[in-house]
Amino acid sequence: MLEYNNKLSDIIDLCITSAKKKGATDAEVSIVKSTAETVSFRNKKLDESDRSENIGLSLTAYINKKKTSVSSSNLKNDNLEMLIERCVEAAKVTPEDEHNSLPDEKLYFKNSHELDLFDKTHLENNQKIDYLKEAEEVAFKNNEIVNTNGSSFSESKTEVVLGNSKGFKNGYKTSNFTAYCEVVSKNNGSMERDYEYTSKRHFEDLLKPSELGSNAAKFAIRKLKPQKINSGKFDIIFDKRISKNFLNYFSSAITGSSIYRGTSFLKGKLNKKIFSDNINIVDRADIKRGNGSKYFDNEGVKIENLSLVNNGVLNEYLMDTYYGNKLNIISNGRSGGTTNLYFENGKLKLKDLMNSNNKIFYVTETIGHGTNIVTGDYSLGAGGMMIENGEFVYPISEVTIAGNLNEMFMKTILANDLQFNYSTNSPSMLINNMTVAGK
Amino acid sequence: MSKILKNSELDISTASSIVSDTLNKCDDGELYLEDSKSESIVLDDNKIKSSTYKSDLGYGLRAITGEVVAYSHSSDLSKKSLNESSKNLKSTLSSSNGTYNFEIKKTNKKYYSEKDPIEGKNFKSKIEILNQANDYVRNKNNLVSQVTATLLGEHRAIEILRSGGELLSDDRPLVRFNVSVMLEKNGRKESAVYGIGGRQNYDTYLDEKNWKSVCDEALRIAEVNLNSKPAPAGEMQVVLGPGWPAILIHEAIGHGLEGDFNRKKTSAFHDLVGRKVASEGVTIIDDGTLENRRGSLTIDDEGTPTEKTVLIENGILKNFMQDRLNARLMNTRSTGNGRRESYKHVVMPRMRNTIMLNGNHSQEEMIKSVKKGIFAVSFGGGQVDITSGKFVFNCTEAYEIINGKVGSPIKGATLIGDGPSALKEVSMVGNDMMLDPGIGTCGKAGQGVPVGVGQPSLLINKMTVGGTQL
Repeated sequence: MLEYNNKLSDIIDLCITSAKKKGATDAEVSIVKSTAETVSFRNKKLDESDRSENIGLSLTAYINKKKTSVSSSNLKNDNLEMLIERCVEAAKVTPEDEHNSLPDEKLYFKNSHELDLFDKTHLENNQKIDYLKEAEEVAFKNNEIVNTNGSSFSESKTEVVLGNSKGFKNGYKTSNFTAYCEVVSKNNGSMERDYEYTSKRHFEDLLKPSELGSNAAKFAIRKLKPQKINSGKFDIIFDKRISKNFLNYFSSAITGSSIYRGTSFLKGKLNKKIFSDNINIVDRADIKRGNGSKYFDNEGVKIENLSLVNNGVLNEYLMDTYYGNKLNIISNGRSGGTTNLYFENGKLKLKDLMNSNNKIFYVTETIGHGTNIVTGDYSLGAGGMMIENGEFVYPISEVTIAGNLNEMFMKTILANDLQFNYSTNSPSMLINNMTVAGK
Repeated sequence: MSKILKNSELDISTASSIVSDTLNKCDDGELYLEDSKSESIVLDDNKIKSSTYKSDLGYGLRAITGEVVAYSHSSDLSKKSLNESSKNLKSTLSSSNGTYNFEIKKTNKKYYSEKDPIEGKNFKSKIEILNQANDYVRNKNNLVSQVTATLLGEHRAIEILRSGGELLSDDRPLVRFNVSVMLEKNGRKESAVYGIGGRQNYDTYLDEKNWKSVCDEALRIAEVNLNSKPAPAGEMQVVLGPGWPAILIHEAIGHGLEGDFNRKKTSAFHDLVGRKVASEGVTIIDDGTLENRRGSLTIDDEGTPTEKTVLIENGILKNFMQDRLNARLMNTRSTGNGRRESYKHVVMPRMRNTIMLNGNHSQEEMIKSVKKGIFAVSFGGGQVDITSGKFVFNCTEAYEIINGKVGSPIKGATLIGDGPSALKEVSMVGNDMMLDPGIGTCGKAGQGVPVGVGQPSLLINKMTVGGTQL
């Protein structure tokens, strides 16, 4: 049994009782309570301190197959009563949808082992400032670093409690520590910025401040005096910062809603090959201290570990209760999306990928939102480095890269340098023969 | 008289004395109170997929000394919570020694009605409009395979309590109506979205003519895209249509002219005031005073009345957009651009309605002059890197131009350019200025605020088009 806040649990009970009394046949209530403290630091000085206390309650009332929701940050009894009244009244005039329902009781999360998602460590503001100060000092040791866009350190503690009228009630606490450092490099009229960030459940797992600062500086300096290359076909290596984005496109294309609505380039691809051989994609909720780890999904459903892609073949969709009802598939606990999503390591070293052609565009950043999940068309602004004969030779900016995800997935080759820095993680990735538009 | 505190256990005189005590010896600051209501009703796949009503109440207490900002916010409007915030701010700024500036210009102007749009129309008739829109789209074209229609309404009451007890207030309505359509023909799928909105009530915005025109436009764009061919890749001439494509202005120039980046000298424009940054004939303003527009504000989120700020006049950089903090540190005045997403967020200089004014060329003239290029009519989103000046935006409706004639539609492609040089590449400014339909949301440092844009047609000499065809 997980530990959770009894006071919040009582409010949930009251809301469910009240909704039923007002005419709801079922109800689901969640409360998220969080405190966060953020300190920003810039040019050797405190820039901003921000303390927040947030609480939010969401209630969904069902009258058989009719459904509406309300939410509020004001948990005073009279306000909640008014909102519940409003919610039930609105549900009465909302058209029925046969697929609306709470999840099947058999799927509710019951027990699991401790995932160690909460670190009670509290840092006073001056400790946060010390961390940032060290990061900036290390960055400024480089002559080309002339300015900072600010560094920040934030600590947050969050409690989640969820309950519904079919008897589900559970909750848990998480913590998060994030440090971010963004610096500006300058050389002969060329000005560039870049950043490093680290985000963990536990304070002790964060990058050391010196590493944060030196990485940010290194990234900003290597971008100086970029060239715009001629348009052409290039093999592209995506840095780990960027390659993980392909998992986000992939996951939004296999969510129940995209599949049911047909708004996905991966519709109809279940049990078919969508990636090259050897590509495996996994989504696991139960990694200890994992940034994306969760005990249960937004509906209280237990979260199965999924092998989404196995040797290039798509095995599963991401399903919640509503779209599961529509598609006649049982929810696998993905109301709220993926958890710790990653590509398993490939066989080659990054160095091998870099040596796979005598000219390769190494992409370290993309800009824009030019990915179309309906068609798979992909076109983004990009910057990075030119690799010639396995060595970085000069930075590149103001170009675009374009292709179609269907083809790009089939050409994906992964390195063996996976690290668990975020909730979605990927090794470095090579995709051959993409269109680059420049001069 | 505070409307927001009226229903809380915190009274205005207690709040006022905590604020005055906290801001003693500070340069600036205020208590920001917010009572917001919002609703969203979504029709998808022929069903009402969700309807949500949200009420949010909270405060943000801010104290500023020199360059340092201390902020504390909470959704608990009580004396105890406010005292805790005050304590937190004082400990952050323990050595402050500033002078509080009491002056805030007053205004009696109002650029929109105070009424709550959510209460101005009953729930059933809102659902009715969504159903009608769905039927209309599906009946009009038998290739339609999916329709999503969304109604969003919001009413945000804000109050700003300054040290010394001065209270400023604003009531802001906002509505939006969106239709997204997917067509399917011989296995090929294409989608399109269109929407309208503003600081208005639903009925003014959503008469039958208006909602039908939204549906028509979404369908038209999706039909165009169903026949699109792969986009070209490389540097070429670009003709931008009027209205919403002005997100080019917003990204390429607008963000770089926000006070904070220039005070911190991280913007590519920070040392260019008085210098030529755009072609002759290019004049760009940021206007918060347009009636009922999505980006308009009677007062900004620090209480400063908004205005029409000239950013670039005939190619010359004139002004940055300022909030109080950055204005004070740059020895200038606030232009009423201090905005925040909600009480949970700190104030930053943000755009309102950013508009390029008319020139004297016709769109026809521009297209005729292009040998090989593209004609970009509508866009998805855009993004900019303030420091390097590189910006992008995504075409959602575009055509090739060959020898002065508009040809086939092309697939969505990203266009990339360099902010400081892009406006110098503008070779013709059109005479057909249009405002966008009222759908823009600008994101900066994790905060989203509603904005507007506008421009006439433009001819840009060269931009890189991110297609697949070399």
